[in-house]
Amino acid sequence: MSEEIKVTIDGKEFTGSAGQSVLDVALKNGIEIPNLCHDPRLRPTGSCRLCLVEVEGQQQPVTSCTLEIQAGMVVRTETDQISAIRQTVLELLFYEHRGSCTTCDENGKCRLQSYAYEYQLGDESLSQSLYTEPAPNYTTGNLALEYDPGKCIRCGRCVRICDEVQMAHALTFKNRAAETEVTTAFDLPLNESTCVLCGQCISTCPTGALYDRSAQGQGQAKDLVKTRTTCVYCGVGCQIDLNVNPKKNRIVRVTSEVGCIPNDGNLCVKGRFGMDFVGHPERLTTPLIRRNGKLEQATWDEAIGLIAEKLTKIRSESGPDSIAGLSSAKCTNEDNYVFQKFIRAGIGTNNVDHCARLCHASTVAGLARAFGSGAMTNSIDEFKNAKCIFVIGSNTPEAHPVIALGIREAVVKNDAELIVADPREIELVRYAKLHLQQQPGTDVALINAMMNVIIEEDLHDKDFIEKRTENFAETVEAVKEMTPEKAEKITTVPANAIREAARTYAKADSASIIFSMGITQHTTGTDNVLSLANLAMLTGNVGKESAGVNPLRGQNNVQGACDLGALPNVYPGYQSVEDAEIHAKFEKAWDAKLSAKTGLTVVEIFHAIEDGSVRALYVMGENPALSDPNLNRTRKALEKVEFLIAQDVFLSESAQYADVVLPAFSFAEKEGTFTNTERRIQRVRKAVNPPGEARDDWRIVCDIAAAVGTPMQYENASQIMDEIASVSPLYGGIAFDRIESVGLQWPCLDKDHPGTKYLHKGEFKRGKGKFHPVRFREPAESPDKNFPFILSTGRQLYQYHTGTLSRKSPAIHQKSPTGYVEIHFKDAKEYGIEDGDSIEVSTTRGKVTTKASVGTLVARGWLFMPFHFAEGPANMLTNDALDPIAKIPEFKVCAAKIRQL
Amino acid sequence: MQSKTEASLDKTPALKICESMGQITSDSLIPILQQIQDAYGYLPAEILSEVSKQTGLNANQMYGVATFYEQFHLEPRGRHTIRCCRGTACHVKGGRQIINAIKRKLNIEEGETTEDMQFTFETVACLGACALAPVMVVDGVYYGKMTHRRVGFVLDSLETVEKETT
Repeated sequence: MSEEIKVTIDGKEFTGSAGQSVLDVALKNGIEIPNLCHDPRLRPTGSCRLCLVEVEGQQQPVTSCTLEIQAGMVVRTETDQISAIRQTVLELLFYEHRGSCTTCDENGKCRLQSYAYEYQLGDESLSQSLYTEPAPNYTTGNLALEYDPGKCIRCGRCVRICDEVQMAHALTFKNRAAETEVTTAFDLPLNESTCVLCGQCISTCPTGALYDRSAQGQGQAKDLVKTRTTCVYCGVGCQIDLNVNPKKNRIVRVTSEVGCIPNDGNLCVKGRFGMDFVGHPERLTTPLIRRNGKLEQATWDEAIGLIAEKLTKIRSESGPDSIAGLSSAKCTNEDNYVFQKFIRAGIGTNNVDHCARLCHASTVAGLARAFGSGAMTNSIDEFKNAKCIFVIGSNTPEAHPVIALGIREAVVKNDAELIVADPREIELVRYAKLHLQQQPGTDVALINAMMNVIIEEDLHDKDFIEKRTENFAETVEAVKEMTPEKAEKITTVPANAIREAARTYAKADSASIIFSMGITQHTTGTDNVLSLANLAMLTGNVGKESAGVNPLRGQNNVQGACDLGALPNVYPGYQSVEDAEIHAKFEKAWDAKLSAKTGLTVVEIFHAIEDGSVRALYVMGENPALSDPNLNRTRKALEKVEFLIAQDVFLSESAQYADVVLPAFSFAEKEGTFTNTERRIQRVRKAVNPPGEARDDWRIVCDIAAAVGTPMQYENASQIMDEIASVSPLYGGIAFDRIESVGLQWPCLDKDHPGTKYLHKGEFKRGKGKFHPVRFREPAESPDKNFPFILSTGRQLYQYHTGTLSRKSPAIHQKSPTGYVEIHFKDAKEYGIEDGDSIEVSTTRGKVTTKASVGTLVARGWLFMPFHFAEGPANMLTNDALDPIAKIPEFKVCAAKIRQL
Repeated sequence: MQSKTEASLDKTPALKICESMGQITSDSLIPILQQIQDAYGYLPAEILSEVSKQTGLNANQMYGVATFYEQFHLEPRGRHTIRCCRGTACHVKGGRQIINAIKRKLNIEEGETTEDMQFTFETVACLGACALAPVMVVDGVYYGKMTHRRVGFVLDSLETVEKETT
């Protein structure tokens, strides 16, 4: 698109595009111009003066990072004059830089160090720096990172990345000239500033001035071995490099390469500082068997033998449907495939499900009905170019921090209009044109009212509706009654704001909907999703770039676990178990008799344990004793189930109920793949050796399968993926050798298929997009006299899910030590509650004690609790009422009361 | 927000200033800081945080700018500001003694404020009045050809001392 420009650098001709700098073109073509303040993610400032070059026709040398290329430009990057200048610049830098390379963590990676060598600085410039006296600074006492002004060269990259990329605006330079130092506003300690501990500042620091506190002394950069893998926390699927000290078999730090897909070198607090769990002393190292009520160490043979004996017995007594399995969105695609295959082909039941049931079951159900495919329609990279972004029920900066970077970029740099619909005043509101603060559980009313306005004002895309969709007329009927005024009464959002939002969304060239658990975790979850699909089709915002309907998947591999059939109604690739043809295909492929009956979902499994119809439960890498709704009931079921197998990396809250506990590999110990939220299948690679006798998840499943008489044999994960490709057309073209450097996005039908950036281009997966008339229904539980508050649960940035992994990190613990309940300050005042007070929150199902967090994040009458904390488990309170279609429980709305203790 | 030991300040003047600025751009930052300093005598962190909330200007940037320029002060100031020159001419003419005399008299170091909040004492690289060296400036008024004895006299009788002009 942009104009091609030819320039000559060091005698060779190169082509670049308008707007590129000389440095960009040089680096891209392998010409190394020294630089310290340059990071491709940042606007160039030309402050370090190292990238100076000579340009023909210009008298003075110019900084190549700020010099845009022009046709015919002739550049020389290494001349005697330039060399001399660089040497002087480096000498000056070393007056302020303590050259303690021998004891510095960055030794071997530090740019300043390598330039000092390259330009052969004399001893006198390396010997003594200007500042030597250490003084406390903004990082003193922080467990995540540390700043050493003595090694800082004041290039400003940390300050700029905090402002320009992360937009946390935590760091600044203070003072002037020789007294310049990096700090936070008012020198606040880092954890009290606006810092979100993303560690982007460390990632961009060209010297060792900023470093991971826990990495200090654990291995110098030159000795660390990097393994590229996929982050194990959320569904963004950031590519991370685990830096391991092979002598210690320990992950020393986590880095990411600028330019990598999908995160461009950016990470969040969990990816950067949350890997302590891998080498944690509490990791399970041997199988455990419950003997006389206590879990005791056992051998693998004993454990597998016992499992085989019990499963065989229960199956022969009560049939295969008396056994159920919970697969894991934390495990790899290969683990999930083998697990569901074992439950289906080895046991003979479709009772297999996983925690997607608790997060996006309604998305899969809703979008499959409307579009034919239940995944994110577009790619992460497309958000930044969207003209309008409608974020509803997604606290993106906390739950998907790296995707939030793209949203902020769209607004701040590309002038996109952002609409945030969320009962809470989330951080994104700061960037939003409109904040629609709807009452929890009233999304359908809000979305229908927006559609009402769009139709009323004739803003809908008639051509798209006519050519590509069906069932429109009935939907018009359904939204007709929901005028903005009526919606205002239900949602509390002012009618005019609804109108404005509708117009903004409808008029944008490309409008992208982003949603997550705020939409899905309702008894009307499927309806909510269908409404969003209606809205997108109404305005023709599906099947094109930077538009679409984008559910952000929660777990690192929840997309993959669904794709690979860890669901009770479908085989891998969303192929229905009740379709005779498909059923026959899988019986042939797996050489086994399969059940043609849809199995039980997560919550149904626990209810079936209560009535005795499920007697054995095999849990791989899940923690229902903390993650599932109405915990008292779930925990009773875990206690009651006759035989419980828990396969995990830690003795989780759930594993403590188990009869047999099996120690598994963590992600850093295994080979395989995860599929991220944008349908990209990415490699997971082994970086460290596993602890004790732990085994790979899929191998454990194969061992059990063999012991119950249905052997499944694979050499390695790659072979499993080949089998997946042979049975699931979505993954038809996936093979390990194709995704070595960059993952592929499904559908990827064959070995020549390039993968799919966005879905439904030209035609919907199901043919025509289907409108579904949806009408507002109340949540299952509404506040009343005794329980006057509406309680929602959700996530926060620093922790992950049940905290099994993230709570092992001291840096994260320092920032986020325990749970809390958010309450509006006026409500707090009424109850005489002050910020930080211990209070009791209760519903009809249970009560928990937690700390009050008083402010304006939630509106009056509403409460919010994160669900990560075992010491104040929010799910004691949540309602296990289910969406009738997707069977997802209503985590987001229940009636609660509070009491000061 | 961490609250310092000082009692909460009245935010009304700050809110008024924010309102009066109209459309906020990055160019608004320095004028806002100047007006806040005029209203409060210095730039209290608590007030700047409020200004940040009201205007969307980031606190990190405010702090960067406020620490960059000599004109801004983040600590409360005394009623009177004394600036003493440490330029070459003043130094040769015994400026160091003047500085020491002020420190002894007020019992504070450079950059500090007396406990009774009467005096803030600073030194300056050059006051540009070398002919009058050694020089000190109190509340914008220049006192030339200072001696350490005159320091006490000037400070004791700020109201009555005869003003010398440059």
